[in-house]
Amino acid sequence: MSPDRNVQPIEALPARLFALHARTGWVLLAALALVVASFWSLDLQWSAFGSRSSAAAMARFAAEFFPPETSPPFLRKVALATGETVAMSALGTLLASVFGLLLALPAARTHARALWRIPTRLLLNALRAVPELVWASLMLIAAGLGPMAGTLALALHTTGVLGRLFAEAIENAPPGPAFALRAQGAGSAQVLLYATLPQVAPQLLSYVLYRWENNIRAASILGVVGAGGLGQLLSYHLGLFQMGRTATVLLAMLALVLAVDAASYLARRAMTR
Amino acid sequence: MVTEPATLVSPVRPAPSRDPAFRGRLAWLAVAMLLMWPLLVLTEFRPWQMLDERSVRVTAHFLAGFLPPALDADFLTVVAHETWRTVAIATAGVSLALLLAVPLALVATAALSVSSLAGRMAAGPFAVRQAARALMVALRTVPELVWALVFVRVVGLGPTSGVLAIGLTYGGMLGKVFAEILESCDAHPTRMLLANGSGRLQAFFYGLLPQAAPELTSYAIYRWECAIRSSVVLGFVGAGGLGQQMDSSLKMLAGNEVATMLLVFIGLVALADTTSAWLRRSLR
Repeated sequence: MSPDRNVQPIEALPARLFALHARTGWVLLAALALVVASFWSLDLQWSAFGSRSSAAAMARFAAEFFPPETSPPFLRKVALATGETVAMSALGTLLASVFGLLLALPAARTHARALWRIPTRLLLNALRAVPELVWASLMLIAAGLGPMAGTLALALHTTGVLGRLFAEAIENAPPGPAFALRAQGAGSAQVLLYATLPQVAPQLLSYVLYRWENNIRAASILGVVGAGGLGQLLSYHLGLFQMGRTATVLLAMLALVLAVDAASYLARRAMTR
Repeated sequence: MVTEPATLVSPVRPAPSRDPAFRGRLAWLAVAMLLMWPLLVLTEFRPWQMLDERSVRVTAHFLAGFLPPALDADFLTVVAHETWRTVAIATAGVSLALLLAVPLALVATAALSVSSLAGRMAAGPFAVRQAARALMVALRTVPELVWALVFVRVVGLGPTSGVLAIGLTYGGMLGKVFAEILESCDAHPTRMLLANGSGRLQAFFYGLLPQAAPELTSYAIYRWECAIRSSVVLGFVGAGGLGQQMDSSLKMLAGNEVATMLLVFIGLVALADTTSAWLRRSLR
């Protein structure tokens, strides 16, 4: 530092790009090594894209998607599958919010002892760590092909996610009202129902809506392992190389995702205004 | 009802014997139940089906196989190999996504527009920016699983379709978020540089990147973590890695193998999670 604080030393450099200091080089080197090793160890078939004949095959494949099938019976089938997808996501999210709340109570520090908290958190973590699609293919064994397996899969994964979010919301609720009720002699259940839950309810609801949005997207693809909805239709027609029908299903999927995005954007704007 | 005298200082009402909002709550519950019914029909939600004898027997047999997990050396070697392939697919996919996302984000960022220095952006650059945005929306709207399904038809089973699927979807996502991060930077240095005649890339490297680098890197690392999760899922449609192995074990109802792979998968995700959290923390 120069004694005159108003004069900036001219040779002062701007802040470093990374604050990792000496580690930066090593981390970058490791990342580069990981990338090189990845490309080197995977037997990637770039030749499928390089040659002219393969490019022509690709173009033919893409051209088969047109025109999308638009016969009324098939469109009805696609509409039904879209409804099924939305229903799966709604029911899955609903089940998950009930079970998530039930598990969040023992998982939150405010309402339970460590004896219950640790196993519940482990359970929630395990539920969350396994993706929906893996749950779906596990559920196929118990629930059979169809939308129920998908619904249960969504419910299981989302229970893990919501349970943790709910537990954190409950822990972070202002303690005043709960304390006031306790001081008046209210029992644990009453404190939960009349102090903690009303305080965190808006936040819980926003988490549920957020997960529902995610789950609509997830539900549309769960079907590729046979768990119902648009995905099942997609993998069925793609498997039979009925490209026109596949294209219709794909378009329905994209329309659903875009509609959900738009709805969520509008809802957010309406609520934050 | 007797009206209270107005002179009373603190009107003490007797506590209601039950929840005053009880009736309203009951009505909402009834409406919700009514709305639930079509959902249950549409999802063919019949949990009691899972309790019939045959289903219970199959499930019990499958679950009984979970213990002990398969731990023989041959199988563990296969699992280790597939685990590495999962990580490799995710890494290669994200590298590809970055190759796609960085140029798209640079094109889409309005802060790097020269023509908008003097009022409105010109029509040509505006159209190009909108086109880049639309391309990114199209890339990320198609779920990576669908990209993978389609590529499996084109290039056959194997990691190529997984890498391409992650590359395309994540390219769209990274591009969008990168552009947003760049837009949220303080635009003053960039505008200064552009106004004084520097090129767009120079303005990016000296105006925007120094502000945005930690956030950009952090988001890319976070996406790499997501890609690991996603590459397992992609395996289920035949895009290689742990997922493909898990799928074939599931089809053979080999509970012990599934148990091992689920444990490995949870461990892998936890590892990626910790690594990514550590890297991102050190960026701050």
